[in-house]
Amino acid sequence: MSLPRKFAARFVGLAIALFARFITAVRADWQGIEPINKQRVYFANHVSNADMPMIWSCMPPNIRRDVRPVAAADYWLKNKLRAFVGPEVFNCVLVDRRPEARDANHDPMQNILDALDDGSSLIISPKGNRNMTNDPLLPFKSGLYNMGKARPDVDLVPTWIANVTEIMPKGEVIPLPLICTVTFGAPIHVAPDESKDDFLKRASAALVGLAPKDVRL
Amino acid sequence: MTSTNTEVLGLFIGVCGLLTLLTVFGEVLRARLDKGHENPVIETFMTRVRSWWAIVILFTLALIAGTGGIIVLFAFASFAALREFLTLTNKRRADHLALALGFFVVLPLQYLFVGLGWQALYTVFIPVYVFLMLPIVSALRGNSDRFLIRVAETQWALMITVFCMSHVPALLMIDVAGYPDDRGVLLIAFLIMVVQIGDLLDFFFGRRIGKTRIIPNLSAKTWEGMACGVACAAIIGGLLAWMTPFGIFGAAAMAGLASTVGMFGNLVFAAIKADRGVKDWSHLIPGQGGFVDQLDSVIFAAPIFYHITQLIWG
Repeated sequence: MSLPRKFAARFVGLAIALFARFITAVRADWQGIEPINKQRVYFANHVSNADMPMIWSCMPPNIRRDVRPVAAADYWLKNKLRAFVGPEVFNCVLVDRRPEARDANHDPMQNILDALDDGSSLIISPKGNRNMTNDPLLPFKSGLYNMGKARPDVDLVPTWIANVTEIMPKGEVIPLPLICTVTFGAPIHVAPDESKDDFLKRASAALVGLAPKDVRL
Repeated sequence: MTSTNTEVLGLFIGVCGLLTLLTVFGEVLRARLDKGHENPVIETFMTRVRSWWAIVILFTLALIAGTGGIIVLFAFASFAALREFLTLTNKRRADHLALALGFFVVLPLQYLFVGLGWQALYTVFIPVYVFLMLPIVSALRGNSDRFLIRVAETQWALMITVFCMSHVPALLMIDVAGYPDDRGVLLIAFLIMVVQIGDLLDFFFGRRIGKTRIIPNLSAKTWEGMACGVACAAIIGGLLAWMTPFGIFGAAAMAGLASTVGMFGNLVFAAIKADRGVKDWSHLIPGQGGFVDQLDSVIFAAPIFYHITQLIWG
């Protein structure tokens, strides 16, 4: 990446963070961990395209510098603008969700593990609690288990992002400026003899446990 | 420099003196603690004092900037308050457009009308036009699930955070015989000062001599604290009569009225927060919760203060 391009990427990143703050007053609630620069995998409830930028925006700069969202290549490479914002501004780790489009040497899990071995932290969206079994479209769900298994020293941090469904429901164009809170819970790890299903259940329970109690009607 | 600006600066220096006293008071309490110890009450108090400094400086700058500055400041406060309020209300996807219109059309228009001094419009725009139009937008998108609740909550949010709040800068637009236009900024300072000082003293006396809670399981407010707070607000209002067109007794009565309405408004907000299961409206102002927590009594007092001023002196 050339220097002016790097500079532009940093500037756009700052502008996105400022914009997110202005619109949703996005706030980080560090419940289970401290906001320090330690290698982690933040796994979040995924509801809309706005949530990854929200998590990214509410992180302090020292964490943001070393964190890389794992994102879909087919989305972020669709046009030149996205190809700038995704890989360069957010420094995404791109993985292709479509097995048929992958070339022979693109293994999503290998990309992710390479990024971890570089010392980066990751933000991933394992896609909630719905049926995840062997669905080729949602490789992250078991991916969280595989990551935890392959790199047991890395903290897996549940990250709940509240309100984004209402801020930017699917199909709407104008974001609503409601207050967005990102809650970081206590880290979890894959236990030595834990099965994939048990771990994923535990991980999604840890994530759902961070959701604010809904007191509305 | 105009004479009004000189008076604003005088007020600013007076308030800074008060805040300096509070800061020194807090620092002395802090210094008396043993090394390494921390008293959460003192820390909360100091965070609040720091927020107060920021608010006073910001507010003074807006007062000196005049009409434009005040309107921008309150439009921004309205935006932040509306954001806090609507974060807690019921909504469905069908309301998305109506809510977006609330933020990006209704709010700017209301402040534009205030800025233009179109009184016939800004006093009815939200309670008449917006209240009828926004439900149409929601209904057209076809989700009737809890429709009345959704509509009512959205409308209350707009009423409180936009309509009521915009009546603070609207005080600039009242024509009072013998009270120059540019002194309107002092009337705003008067309203905010008497209401806030009344609140502070209500809190103080409530702790000291308060016994009978007004709503026992909802709010710490007591009848005794409230009576003392309102009485003090009236006395201070009388002392600050030079800022107003009311005369000494008129100023005392208006201050007492604004403070009373504000305190009951505070109870209304406590009830809403209890209903939604939250302690504060948000975390945006360190030590004081959100914008609605900070402004609740002024929000309630403003339209009443505005209309009585208009009725009797306008």
